[in-house]
Amino acid sequence: MATSLRMVNPEEELRRYNFRIKVAAGIVVLAFTVLFTRFVWLQLVEYDRYHALAENNRITLTPNPPARGIIYDRNGTVLAHNFAAYTLEITPSKAGKLEETINRLAEIVQIDAGDRKRFKKLLAESKNFETLPIKMRLTEEEVARFAVNSFRFPGVEVKARLFRQYPMGEDFAHVIGYIGRINQRDEERIRESGRSANYRGTDHIGKSGVEESYENLLHGITGIAQVETDSAGRAVRVLAQTPPVAGNNVYLHLDAKLQEIATKVFGPYRGALVALDPRNGGVLALVSKPGFDPNLFVDGIDLANWRALNESPDTPLVNRALRGIYPPGSTIKPFMALAGLELGFRKPGDAIADPGYYSLPGSSHRYRDWKKDGHGIVDLKKSVVVSCDTYYYRLANEMGIQKMAGFLSQLGFGHKTGIDMEGELTGLMPTPEWKQKRFKQPWWPGETVIAGIGQGYTLATPLQLAVATMAVANNGKVYQPQLLRGWRDTLTGRIVENPPKVVTELKFDPEHLRIVKEAMVEVTRPGGTAAGAGAGAEYLFAGKTGTAQVIGIKQNERYDEKRIAARHRDHALFIAFAPADDPKIVIAVMVENGGHGSSTAAPIARKVADYWLLGKIPEALKEDAAEEEGENEDTPPPSEPARAGPAAVTAAPTRTTR
Amino acid sequence: MNLRHLLGRLFNHIDRPLAGLLALLLLTSIATVFSAANTSVDKLLAHLLNIAVALVAMIAVSHVPPQRLMQFALPAYVLGVILLIGVALAGDVVNGARRWLNLGIARIQPSELMRLAVPMMLAWYLHLKQETLSTRHFASAAVLLLIPVALILRQPDLGTSLLITASGVFVLFLGGLSWRIIVGGIVLAGAALPFAWHFLHDYQRQRVLTLLDPSSDPLGAGYHIIQSTIAVGSGGMAGKGWLNGSQAHLDFLPERTTDFIFAVFSEEFGLLGNLLLLLLYAAIIYRGLTLAALAPSLFGRLLAGAIVLTFFTYAFVNMGMVSGILPVVGVPLPLVSYGGTSMVSVLIGFGIVMSAASHKKLVKT
Repeated sequence: MATSLRMVNPEEELRRYNFRIKVAAGIVVLAFTVLFTRFVWLQLVEYDRYHALAENNRITLTPNPPARGIIYDRNGTVLAHNFAAYTLEITPSKAGKLEETINRLAEIVQIDAGDRKRFKKLLAESKNFETLPIKMRLTEEEVARFAVNSFRFPGVEVKARLFRQYPMGEDFAHVIGYIGRINQRDEERIRESGRSANYRGTDHIGKSGVEESYENLLHGITGIAQVETDSAGRAVRVLAQTPPVAGNNVYLHLDAKLQEIATKVFGPYRGALVALDPRNGGVLALVSKPGFDPNLFVDGIDLANWRALNESPDTPLVNRALRGIYPPGSTIKPFMALAGLELGFRKPGDAIADPGYYSLPGSSHRYRDWKKDGHGIVDLKKSVVVSCDTYYYRLANEMGIQKMAGFLSQLGFGHKTGIDMEGELTGLMPTPEWKQKRFKQPWWPGETVIAGIGQGYTLATPLQLAVATMAVANNGKVYQPQLLRGWRDTLTGRIVENPPKVVTELKFDPEHLRIVKEAMVEVTRPGGTAAGAGAGAEYLFAGKTGTAQVIGIKQNERYDEKRIAARHRDHALFIAFAPADDPKIVIAVMVENGGHGSSTAAPIARKVADYWLLGKIPEALKEDAAEEEGENEDTPPPSEPARAGPAAVTAAPTRTTR
Repeated sequence: MNLRHLLGRLFNHIDRPLAGLLALLLLTSIATVFSAANTSVDKLLAHLLNIAVALVAMIAVSHVPPQRLMQFALPAYVLGVILLIGVALAGDVVNGARRWLNLGIARIQPSELMRLAVPMMLAWYLHLKQETLSTRHFASAAVLLLIPVALILRQPDLGTSLLITASGVFVLFLGGLSWRIIVGGIVLAGAALPFAWHFLHDYQRQRVLTLLDPSSDPLGAGYHIIQSTIAVGSGGMAGKGWLNGSQAHLDFLPERTTDFIFAVFSEEFGLLGNLLLLLLYAAIIYRGLTLAALAPSLFGRLLAGAIVLTFFTYAFVNMGMVSGILPVVGVPLPLVSYGGTSMVSVLIGFGIVMSAASHKKLVKT
């Protein structure tokens, strides 16, 4: 530049300085104007947006899950309830190294291998950001110990939670079912049915039995709390909340004591029993043996227990009452007898001579009676009382499979009963069309003959047998079997009745019904096949024995119970209703590999009827009562009500209140 | 009265209007820090102590005549540069940046010292050459400026180096740097921006990118900007009220007692509060520049003017950063943010401004 060496005039310098100060001041004004413009933009123009963002930051909606409804039997005995307990829970996303955390926790709180396994299983199934229980039911001491050390465990917290508990345990597992953690499939179902919002914060759902079928009644309405949270998501205070509405308490037709007795009288056998109230279809007892402890499933069953249950040859997880399908055997005879009368193939007085076998015209094949030498002269009534096979071989052949299937279908064979429980099987009432479709083979006349005594293709569940028996006991009126008797609506406090549902009202000739019923009463009297089980009954006990073959017996072989492996022994069946002149209970019993219906199944039904009608408790059970006390000591928590005693009826359910 | 006389002497270099304005700003600061610290009394007391110390320092410095201050310019500058070199060779690394020097007794951040030492050095240099001031001298001054700036940039501390550059440029600008060079420099700087990009550290680039689109990284680098912008915006016209800022009190605002305190203020006092705060800053700057122009010596004028303009720069950069129009640099809001160093150095600066304007007699060197 040219100004390399110039003297500066102080005056000029000062003027220049002042000018530059003014320029700088101008820049300041400009800069502050820019800032102010920005503030106007943020705080006026875009205010609504930022206000909303700040509120979103501040307020979190937290679901407040409801307490699940309690399940009672008809007398108010608690079958499923909730109790509050402390759990130790881990939020995997916040806890860092899980294995290490758990190891360190184990120094403070007792954590066994089972807890670890269950946690691993839950972890595999869980969604992110969920808290998972590592240890259930902490003792007060453990809670205190953890509280002191909690600073060492980020992402681990003690929570007060409601636990589902089934105080009656294994005897009721198949009816009441159980709840379990919501898995992916459940979640999809919930989403599809549009209930997602109500399931926020809920982590259990009914998986089987009443817990499953009445999930909607039992779940309740989830409350919402508007919680102010800080940036770490910690709740600072509750701004507003809609409290949750507890699930409805549910009352069943079931009688806990009856159910217990019905289970116990099975003794060591596997099998199923269904007891219905013929006046409304209410399920009084529904037994499937063996059972299992439903409490194991609530927070995820561990692998060892699951294997034991799932792989047991006794299949304890199968509800035999609904899903066990068996040939009805001779229990089909009263229905066949009614069919013969109603369809005009037999008159009450008609009698046949029974040589001990039946052969189709033009065939030498002998369909043998169970009594080798036959029953002599047999009329319709006697055919039921002594369970004459020959009579029904012949009747079936005359009637033909089509008419037989048509009549028996009306009684519910081959149809679902519509019980309010998931998973019921249809059984099978075979027809030539069915066989053609299924096996691409024609129907043989011989198949009709054996269908006449409930063998062959015919299959029925114990529940179906009970419903068919109800049809006879009720003079044709068939109710849908229902577990639910009513519920207490939590919102209104009112008891809502679940009305009986009539499936059909079959029109039978009263005279025909009278004869069949009389015959069934004779069955339990001297000379009848269940005379032993009927001895000394103080009411009219109507029944029919049955035996369902497990393996086929060759033409010239004899079935020798003693020489056959236990698993290949016949299933024993018995259907009953009582009192016959005014039926109050209908029973179907199936004893797997129980041999004859008369010796194993019928006495079970008698004991159940005795308790229901007379309040009689079987002698054997009275003694057992004392021994049972110590049995299930691993499951019941301190708050468990006394087992099935009258005290349980009034025991207040435990639940947390907010 | 003797005491009255003594007090009068104590304050006789204090400019009443400026002191009044500063007092208003400090009261605002006390209220805002109290709210930002969730009404922590401990923090409040610490803040009051900082203010007290800083005010004492201001009063003390106001008594130091500029010609005496000039004597410190060169030693302070040289010491600062030596310490910066020390930092580069043996500094402690904190948060990935080598900014601290451990002297055994205390750990110091020499770049803080340079905030005042650099404008002092430049003002002294131009003052020294004022009779024959030429472009050559400006070039030498520029070199004096660039040495510490380069050292601080290396630490790396982009914010401080830019602000120190600004304070030096203000001295040169007020000292009469030719317009041609100023305009040329601005054009050159603009052209160099794309190249400068290459020299930025990743985190520095990230900050710039984040400014352009905060939502690109909402939980990382963008978080600060998003949350502070929400705080400012949700303040609305009149604000949520003192102690009622949800963004601040629920911990959504980072660094809310220090660099982001303006977000707390803005959330609680709204647009009206912001307007008043801007006016307060403008008034302080106006009074400061007026005082600077009154200074009899060139050194005093240049130094005081640069100090006031640097004060403005801090305020502007901080508010611009919090409201999302400037990238995040670690700059406190002067005289409002919590923090002793900044408080003391800013008030010492104003002490110098008052001293420069009030010491009329100047001994020629």
